[in-house]
Amino acid sequence: MSSATGSFGGGAGKGIRRFVPHLFLAAFSAVFVMPILWLLLTSIKSDKDLYANPPVLFPKQPRWENYVDVFREINFLGMTWNTFFISIMCVIGVLISAPLVAYACSHIDWKGKNIIFALVIGTLLLPYQVTMIPTYIIWGKLGMIGSYMPLILPAFLSAGAGYYIFLLRQFFMTLPVSLIHSAKIDGASELRIYLQILMPLSKPIIATVGVLLFLATWSDFLGPLLYLNNEKDYTLSLGLYAFMQTHYIMWEKLMAASAMFTLPIIVLFFFAQKQFIEGIKLTGIKG
Amino acid sequence: MKRATLTGLLFSSPFLIGFIAFTLYPIGASLVYSFTDFNMFKSPSWVGLDNYRWVFQEKDVWKSIANTLYMVLFATPISLIVGLLLAQMLNMKVRGQSIYRTLYYIPSIVPAIATSLVWMWVLNPKSGLINTALGYLGIRGPNWLLDPVWTKPSLILMGAWGAGGIMIIFLASLQDVPRSLYESAEIDGAGKVRKFFSITLPSISPIILFQLIMGLITYFQYFAQAFMLASMTNSGANQTMAGPEKSLLFYAVLLYREAFVDFRMGHASAMAWVLFLITSIVTYLIFRSSNRWVTYGGD
Repeated sequence: MSSATGSFGGGAGKGIRRFVPHLFLAAFSAVFVMPILWLLLTSIKSDKDLYANPPVLFPKQPRWENYVDVFREINFLGMTWNTFFISIMCVIGVLISAPLVAYACSHIDWKGKNIIFALVIGTLLLPYQVTMIPTYIIWGKLGMIGSYMPLILPAFLSAGAGYYIFLLRQFFMTLPVSLIHSAKIDGASELRIYLQILMPLSKPIIATVGVLLFLATWSDFLGPLLYLNNEKDYTLSLGLYAFMQTHYIMWEKLMAASAMFTLPIIVLFFFAQKQFIEGIKLTGIKG
Repeated sequence: MKRATLTGLLFSSPFLIGFIAFTLYPIGASLVYSFTDFNMFKSPSWVGLDNYRWVFQEKDVWKSIANTLYMVLFATPISLIVGLLLAQMLNMKVRGQSIYRTLYYIPSIVPAIATSLVWMWVLNPKSGLINTALGYLGIRGPNWLLDPVWTKPSLILMGAWGAGGIMIIFLASLQDVPRSLYESAEIDGAGKVRKFFSITLPSISPIILFQLIMGLITYFQYFAQAFMLASMTNSGANQTMAGPEKSLLFYAVLLYREAFVDFRMGHASAMAWVLFLITSIVTYLIFRSSNRWVTYGGD
């Protein structure tokens, strides 16, 4: 009997111990989820619900028209396309140029190997404010302010991509050198080794860099703020900022627009969860 | 030239061209501009150290340095602690770990402009989420973004909400701490708190250093959120981007204003170099202190 009570007590203790972490985790996740829920709920409220007293949490009649209004009042599809276009072009540009230099400072044995890598790390520590003004003036002299060139072209030269070069290089360093050596003995050129051995092995890191870079460009605010001045060229970040200035206080519409802006990122996250997590792990562990 | 050198140069050439055009030349040009009076419409004229003198005498610059340091000193550690706390909780082998991980992580990928908008509404003094919730508890919440005392705590709160990115990195490193270390500590009778301070923290100290430096750099250059909130909390006519009583005037925002609103490129360039100097010194000091508190494991 005593042994039965004992095992019962132990079981309950275990149950509670298993339950407590969940309690904490759930409480904390509520804190993290609430603002997003609040955003979504507000986006379907009417302006009367907004300031109602007592406050209305769930609107009785969801007002989906807020979303329709956003579509009507700003060129949402156009801005989405602009943002998508710039982001994809940057991803393509960096994925063409960055692995090349990452290869040059990992598996090619030459004098400049460490110098180039030091330059890459140097660009990471330099505040962007130092280069921002001269870069702006260069684009001004070329007459390209107001075009997408200043936002896209640097990507094809890996400018501002130091972090991604770093990630790629760290990954390349983990690949077996013997594979590359034996290909060299067989007389394969560096370009062939790069394209036929290195690239196929590096698919995971290429995907990770692509996803992280897409996210960064999609969310970028300063670049579009500096270089775009025609409303038809605006990205979502800039468009949302402009929309806010004309629709201040109309929170239901601002929230609908924010939800529409964020949704593609959330969808991307669910499709590419592995790439997000892996890339971040790689940074941390090698950092 | 040796063949390998040629190949190396060829592979590096896109980066090198970009480096010369978008880093090396701009660094030189920016240094020159910082000694000139320059507004983009007329050619620069030499003014010696005037711009640097301006940086050290202008009240707004000092205000912005104070505001920026406030964020660096409080927002960085708070985000790190929240991130570590979440990671530590997730590292307990609980069911549904990946769901919790996703829930904590998602806020950190919401674009900065959307985050700022959502929080402006969450922190709305009258009808916002937080003050409504506090109201149910009978507490009258502060005016958050409208009250100069509460503006920066609001931003810190917003930053902590996005600590999911920091959490993911900590989680990965916590999972790398060898189990054997904990087991031998348990044999010695170490409790949970002891284990955390004498095993977990030292084991992940290199990651703490990495995240600390990334955090400092982020907050020294704090821009998008501050720019957004400051331009909203100002009345439309008064486009100073400074927020109530200049409590949201951050260094990067002031620099942007000098350069692209008032077209004082010389002032802005001098500010950029002062920022570079400050961040370099701080980073250097942290690295130097790190051999006292960072331990690199035996692997």
